[in-house]
Amino acid sequence: MISFNHVSKRYAGGLDALSDVSLTISAGEIVLITGHSGAGKSTLLKLMAAIEVATSGSVLIGNQNLAKLKAAALPYLRRRFGIVFQDHKLLYDRNVFQNVLLPLQIAGFDGRDAARRARAALDKVGLLGKEKAMPITLSGGEQQRVCIARAVAHRPAVLLADEPTGNLDDAYARNIVELFRAFHQVGVTVVIATHDHGVGEQLAARTINLAHGRVAA
Amino acid sequence: MSLRDHGRALRDAAARLAASPMASLLSVLVIAVALSLPVGLYVGLSYLQSFSRQLSSDPQISIFLALDASSRDAAGVEERLRSDPDVNEYRFIGREQALSELKRGAGMSDVLDNLKQNPLPDAFVATVRANRPEALERLRDEASGWPKVAHVQLDSEWARKLDAALRFGRTAVAVLGALLAAALVAVTFNTIRLQILTRREEIEVSKLIGATNPFVRRPFLWFGTLQGLAGGLAAWGVVALALRLLNRDLARLAALYSASFHLPGLSLPDVAVLLGVAALLGWLGAWLSVARHLWQIGHE
Repeated sequence: MISFNHVSKRYAGGLDALSDVSLTISAGEIVLITGHSGAGKSTLLKLMAAIEVATSGSVLIGNQNLAKLKAAALPYLRRRFGIVFQDHKLLYDRNVFQNVLLPLQIAGFDGRDAARRARAALDKVGLLGKEKAMPITLSGGEQQRVCIARAVAHRPAVLLADEPTGNLDDAYARNIVELFRAFHQVGVTVVIATHDHGVGEQLAARTINLAHGRVAA
Repeated sequence: MSLRDHGRALRDAAARLAASPMASLLSVLVIAVALSLPVGLYVGLSYLQSFSRQLSSDPQISIFLALDASSRDAAGVEERLRSDPDVNEYRFIGREQALSELKRGAGMSDVLDNLKQNPLPDAFVATVRANRPEALERLRDEASGWPKVAHVQLDSEWARKLDAALRFGRTAVAVLGALLAAALVAVTFNTIRLQILTRREEIEVSKLIGATNPFVRRPFLWFGTLQGLAGGLAAWGVVALALRLLNRDLARLAALYSASFHLPGLSLPDVAVLLGVAALLGWLGAWLSVARHLWQIGHE
């Protein structure tokens, strides 16, 4: 499903975020990417969704080499992912329901179907009662769950989550990790980047540990 | 690119226009002013032009006889006109007939009634075949030399001069129109630029979760188009109102001359063109702005 071959990423300014990373994630797998902050976890996820471009090596999604992806095909690649952003990236000028509706509108679902799917996603994260609320009035954990609902609303094949439990109380964090487990159980490929050891203990999933931009043993 | 997506983008654009009524109103007003100026001038000029075309379409030559010309002299002139191969039609207007026509015509009956004797001469009005200007000029030159002919006048000359002046005016209006159209595009460009700035986050997030460029562009393009259309409608209103006011004053003025002038309003095709051009210019401004600023967002 996802395959990295000797991938390196150097940011402008000379920072090597990833060096010679090779890994494979199969369809339907749940994988943790761990490591201290600055180890390159976020960069790894960004390379998967073609938000960043590898400096060298190749990233394959399905059988698609991202380096050869045409700009016009990029949006359709992104729709195969659901992304839980580290900083949520919720839109604060619209309510929870409209936030979750956005990927469905982008993917071209018609109004009624889109609304049904958005409610289903909100139901899954336990926020159906808050669909009319504005994101700013929600707690950090609730905002995180809105972000997850938005990521899964269009039923992506792959769920990418960047520090999904960052800044959350343990109880909230456990709750969110259970959500990811549930998505994995219905066949979604799940990749979670986290520095939270609790997540690893709870999931007992395959773990790829990064240190200084390299895959550590 | 389905109808549904356009419907959504259109609703989004309309909602955003309505969400900031004051800003929208001012933009629409600027567009309306930019459009109504050339449109108003155009209406006035086309009225004058149709007026002058009507006059110059059938150029006539008027041959005025001397006041002391007898009916035999008139018959002589008539004979020459009849035998001239270039003359198409001619008409005799006797001095009494001329006077009564003048009395009916242009509010001068009071003045004319006070005259002791008829100051008008007998006259012939002739047209030439195919309205050839050379034939008209030859006839004017020849007829001036005929006995008891006092004056020969080519009626179409002033109308042609007017027509030429109007042509100049039309070009000036076209240049003005082009400049103001550019202003309209610039106004839309700037409005959309501000919109993009305030919606930057939405654009970025949308692109991250798989929005195509057309999806992102569409609401802005509709916004520009709607704003242009609203400006066009407002310009139509401004021109209609201005014509109403002008026609009221014009009617007063015309009454003083016992005549009737009336500036015609915009015809339906005129309105359709006005609205179409306004919408198109709005769309163009939005397109330029979106192309410029979305590219910027994509390359930082």
